[in-house]
Amino acid sequence: MRILLKNGRIVSPLNGLDGIFDVLVENGKIKQIAKRINCEDCKIYDLTRMIVVPGLIDMHVHFREPGREDAEDIESGAKAAAKGGFVAVAMMPNTEPPVDDPLRVRFVVERGKITDIYVFPVGSFTKGRQGKELAEMVMMAEEGAVAFSDDGFPVSDPLLLRRGLEYLKIIDGIYLDHAEDRSLSMGGVANESYITAKLGLKGIPWISEAAAVARDVYIAEFTKSKIHIQHVSSAKTLEVIEQAKARGANVTCEVTPHHLVLDETHLETYDTNFKMNPPLRSAEDKEALQEALSSGLIDVIASDHAPHTRDDKEVEFDVAPFGVIGLETTVPVIWDKLVEKKKITVERFVELLSVNPARILGLEGFGKIEKDGPAHITVIDPKKEITVNSEEFASKSRNTPFEGWKLKGAAVLTIVNGKIAFESF
Amino acid sequence: MEKKHLLGIENLKKEEIEEILETSKSFIEISKRPIKKVPVLRGKTVVNLFFEPSTRTRSSFEIAAKRLSADVMNFSSSVSSVRKGESLKDTVLNLEAMKTDLIIIRHSFSGAAKFLTTFCSSSVVNAGDGTHEHPTQALLDGMTVLEKKGRLDGLKVVIVGDILHSRVARSDIFLFSKMGSKVVISGPPTLIPDYFRGFPVEIDYNLDRALENADVVIMLRLQKERMQGGFFPSVREYRQKYQLTPERLIRTKPDAIVMHPGPINRGIELSSDVADSGRSVILEQVEKGVAVRMAVLSLLLGGER
Repeated sequence: MRILLKNGRIVSPLNGLDGIFDVLVENGKIKQIAKRINCEDCKIYDLTRMIVVPGLIDMHVHFREPGREDAEDIESGAKAAAKGGFVAVAMMPNTEPPVDDPLRVRFVVERGKITDIYVFPVGSFTKGRQGKELAEMVMMAEEGAVAFSDDGFPVSDPLLLRRGLEYLKIIDGIYLDHAEDRSLSMGGVANESYITAKLGLKGIPWISEAAAVARDVYIAEFTKSKIHIQHVSSAKTLEVIEQAKARGANVTCEVTPHHLVLDETHLETYDTNFKMNPPLRSAEDKEALQEALSSGLIDVIASDHAPHTRDDKEVEFDVAPFGVIGLETTVPVIWDKLVEKKKITVERFVELLSVNPARILGLEGFGKIEKDGPAHITVIDPKKEITVNSEEFASKSRNTPFEGWKLKGAAVLTIVNGKIAFESF
Repeated sequence: MEKKHLLGIENLKKEEIEEILETSKSFIEISKRPIKKVPVLRGKTVVNLFFEPSTRTRSSFEIAAKRLSADVMNFSSSVSSVRKGESLKDTVLNLEAMKTDLIIIRHSFSGAAKFLTTFCSSSVVNAGDGTHEHPTQALLDGMTVLEKKGRLDGLKVVIVGDILHSRVARSDIFLFSKMGSKVVISGPPTLIPDYFRGFPVEIDYNLDRALENADVVIMLRLQKERMQGGFFPSVREYRQKYQLTPERLIRTKPDAIVMHPGPINRGIELSSDVADSGRSVILEQVEKGVAVRMAVLSLLLGGER
């Protein structure tokens, strides 16, 4: 199939492209980029006033297969991704059982192949995510694991972390760090502050994140390994990362849309769709995260898409599982609250959601729109107005904190390898 | 009262607190009659839904509802046994299917009472949720002080002990500060983290200093498990710094009263000398509890209008 994208604004900062061009897609590749292209037998999209960007990548999602397919499976998760404008995702290993050996990596790869997007597995750092013995990371990488993480159970033993980071250098691999000192956060369900003390919710103090990040980046700096800090939530953590980057440590970091636009005051309803780990923090932390996004300190926006069934979430706040879904709301939330409000440029948006995730995970052929490259493209309609309605989600789960939000800006076309994975005009 | 539920003191206006206290006064007299019953809530069904052990609060609500002629159903369960089987939501929906009018809930998780209001149509009264609030306790505390002091504004109220884990402290802080009292909280800093300065209170880790010129001293129960949590090194040391003794009581105003939400740990937060002294109004608190709860039930179910 040949596709002609006409009159859109192409923004691909990696190769310095920003302007109105036509793009011809053929045989899965970008055949031509030019001011005016004519094509008789092409499927033609008029993208006047729309923005054409390199296919978006969400480097932090949880699909619940195997184990909790009732909340999400790889197929439904991939559909949600495509609908949200994502051509690729990195899937965390905290399934049941966890993805901690080569065979399980192969399973995710195989299941991912029958979807319309790329599902890149992240392998466990330790066996069973138990933090006791290293998992077979090199063999998992050979099967297709793009990074390693114990996710919500971060490695607490500093010696094991050091060994694992050193070992990963065989493959120049990267550790995705859900940094949390779990003895400081034990039993906590919300940010520790006056606001949550009033609500009687047990606190997760920012020290549990910032202190863990400080320790982990020092270890990575010592071993000269690559480390990526997941879902940064507090201003103090940003300070730690800023200093580490200034020292030349090989550290990158991500932030979620919910930490960028929500804060702990939302907990006053005890709505469990605002319960996630790390927790929503203070309004000042939220401001600091937005600042760091525009300053360039933060490398990536990732959703931490964490599906949970309604039955699991509709319980007392203390016992509800952590996590919210995000694949279908990331683009509208970020576009409306940050791009439209001039907090970040379109170029920066592309870096945060495509260029940098591709670079950090070492994904070839992603992160740019260029002639003869693979056709992974997302089209955003900056004027499209949506009202978030979880009943219409492609995801199997409904646990969004953005229910009912009216937002402007959404993905309307997702092209993966030259094929339409999603369209909505 | 406009409200349908009573979930906490924080969201009550001063006038609403005054209305409840005023209504409570009229109910005190009923409990002193030979026939302690009025038909205010005749035909109404009230459920006492208790997921935490409680004798005082549960009995107090039960007696209050019965003196108003409501039909009362008691449901007690431990959270753990419910968690194994039916969810809280399903439990409540099943009870509601029997056409209840008001549900009184005590639960070990904060926000449990608020959670009920998201799906059930009965009025909900919070009888203590986790470490969040215990509004009727604060109301009966306010009632007790009002009777003893004739006013609530301009008083110095000192709350002592495990503030961090206390729903009574939170409700009392909001009630007394809204009514114009000055509230001072005292206890070890591990049980009063720095961000508690956000509450409308003064913090003084030195109990002797905090007690100076106090009109009201509210002692909180010290949960034994706090010691395992490493909040303080020993009961001996806690007692030395934070037990209310006759010697410490001298620092307060001569007519200061001592309160406690119960059950008391004699010899830990409160010396027996103080607990049994004329300054202690602990049993009067219990008496006021019935009147306050009658007021709350009748106001929420509209029986007074």
